[in-house]
Amino acid sequence: MYQMTGAQLIVRLLERQGVKTAAGIPGGAILPLYDALSGSEIIHHVLARHEQGAGFMAQGMARVSGRPEVCFASSGPGATNLVTAIADARLDSIPLVAITGQVPLSMIGTDAFQEVDIYGMTVPITKHNFLVRSVDELLEVIPAAFRIAMSGRPGPVLVDVPKDVQNQTIRFAEFPPVATPEPLPALDMAAVEEAARMINAAEQPVLYLGGGVIHAGAAQAAVAFAEQAGMPTTMTLMALGAMPVDHPLSIGMLGMHAARYTNFVLEEADLLVCVGARFDDRAIGKAAQFCPKAKIVHIDVDPSELHKIKQAHVAINGDVGEVLEALLPRVKAALRKRWLSHVESLRARFPVEWAGQDDPRTHYGLVQAVAAALDDEAVITTDVGQHQMWVAQAYPFRRPRQWLTSGGLGTMGFGMPAAIGAALADRSRTVVCFSGDGSFKMNIQELATLAEEGLNVKIVLMNNNSLGLVYQQQNLFYGKRVFASKYRGAPDFLKIAEGFGVAGVDLDTAANPRAALTQALHAPGPCLIHVSIDREEFVYPMVPPGAANTEMIGG
Amino acid sequence: MIEQVAEPLQTQTGYAKVVLEIDVNNHPGVMSHICNLFARRAFNMEGILCMPVSDGRRSRIWLLVFEDQRLEQMIRQLEKLQDVLAVRRHGAEHEVFERLEDFFH
Repeated sequence: MYQMTGAQLIVRLLERQGVKTAAGIPGGAILPLYDALSGSEIIHHVLARHEQGAGFMAQGMARVSGRPEVCFASSGPGATNLVTAIADARLDSIPLVAITGQVPLSMIGTDAFQEVDIYGMTVPITKHNFLVRSVDELLEVIPAAFRIAMSGRPGPVLVDVPKDVQNQTIRFAEFPPVATPEPLPALDMAAVEEAARMINAAEQPVLYLGGGVIHAGAAQAAVAFAEQAGMPTTMTLMALGAMPVDHPLSIGMLGMHAARYTNFVLEEADLLVCVGARFDDRAIGKAAQFCPKAKIVHIDVDPSELHKIKQAHVAINGDVGEVLEALLPRVKAALRKRWLSHVESLRARFPVEWAGQDDPRTHYGLVQAVAAALDDEAVITTDVGQHQMWVAQAYPFRRPRQWLTSGGLGTMGFGMPAAIGAALADRSRTVVCFSGDGSFKMNIQELATLAEEGLNVKIVLMNNNSLGLVYQQQNLFYGKRVFASKYRGAPDFLKIAEGFGVAGVDLDTAANPRAALTQALHAPGPCLIHVSIDREEFVYPMVPPGAANTEMIGG
Repeated sequence: MIEQVAEPLQTQTGYAKVVLEIDVNNHPGVMSHICNLFARRAFNMEGILCMPVSDGRRSRIWLLVFEDQRLEQMIRQLEKLQDVLAVRRHGAEHEVFERLEDFFH
């Protein structure tokens, strides 16, 4: 017979679930849990400086490990500060277990100090959430939270635990089993056969990979399938790395900031095989005009994604890895010489041109110089904005989970805490966070956490002293009426880094910027690498609002 | 940042009605999960009924909704909720709401 408090039980259940690191910030309503956590010899607690930072650290860990990771916050403002990180995890299907303290049960609903209805608030942004009403429920709820977070399409789960539940004593005979994923949906083999028939009959098929391929660990299966079927392969922002960008069948990222030829190839497709992607508006532009000539095969583990935006001719609900493996022996080996040579001619007619790529002080040159200094084992995170798109376009991603970015929610402030999480998940890797000056300031306090943990995180800060993508859109689509997108003040980021105890390198003033960059990337420990970027450099090509993907401007 | 590209929402009047019968786990919070799905999409619920069944561990929810083109997606979203055990679809002629009419006149 075991006897312990609810707080101790939570910690033991997390340990049994294999949690080694968790990020959070304590406060009144979660102090019993923190007291129990102080007694854990297994869980390393990382003290964030803002709960959103803690949420993104847990996300960074989960995006690297593929397992649910944990963050903690107290009630009220602690819990509301987690909301953005939870919503971000939901849109990018990241397994996350967020545990919040709550005021005691008898005080819920009384507007008690630091009381908010975080359960109610997180209903639409979690895969599921719990408000624990007795200590006995914890035996069921904590494993369920992990099971739900990791099963099928992954996602965030919130567990709200009132302070008195944390303090209650429980006696129980046995720990519940460690949570494992639920069984995958059974495959509809008739649909698989029909999909194979369509692929074999197609003249100009395209494979369209999404983040689901990464989550399912199906990147290798996707590449094998593409090779067998001879299909040019495009990836969403979330899928970059699923197929190495220099693979002969890769046609790179599709959508708003795709290379021109990629969107033109999709325009001509007669069959689109969509695997673990969800026809997001940034990827497909005007839905009615996306792949106008193509029949659609849609494969997804989440049945509600099928037929959501585009009606599929064949829809297969299942684990994308399993479906691809089932399709492989049914798909004829095809060279598709005519189609692939046409793809090549489009690529040659609309070549990707990255201005200034030999100069590490230009945006594309910097991305390429960082890539040249690192191998594929490094993890790359970004914030959100122009720098994010430049990295997505120009960095040679070659393996799944090499690339961590906030895709669905597009959260500025994601990059650095996610990089901290990535480094916590695997301390042997170098982690580079590309950021912009607008995004960086949104979670800049996490420099303190970074310095404290001494992690191998390099922040490459592209500084144009503006909200660059807003500035770009005001210039292109709002009659050049630039408003609230240029900063009047200009903080000294190197001094800020120094103040937090993080080393800094300024490529603006370096005699040999390439050498300075390489040295900074290879020195152990955290470092801020600062580069000024011309504000007039825009992200091109760009599909304007309301337009079809083929109506790109620039580039 | 940029306007999303979508057709404006159609009003739901003019569509036929359907009755959805939903088996759920019975605990506080289940209704908010379900109502949220509909409210957020401006998918009007014309009628809603909920009572516990058998031993009280489960409840049954009856919804009267319009059969607009988003209904299939709504049902798939419902089925995705952890606390939803089954969704069954009936025609508007189902008597559950008809018998209640007397209370609303």
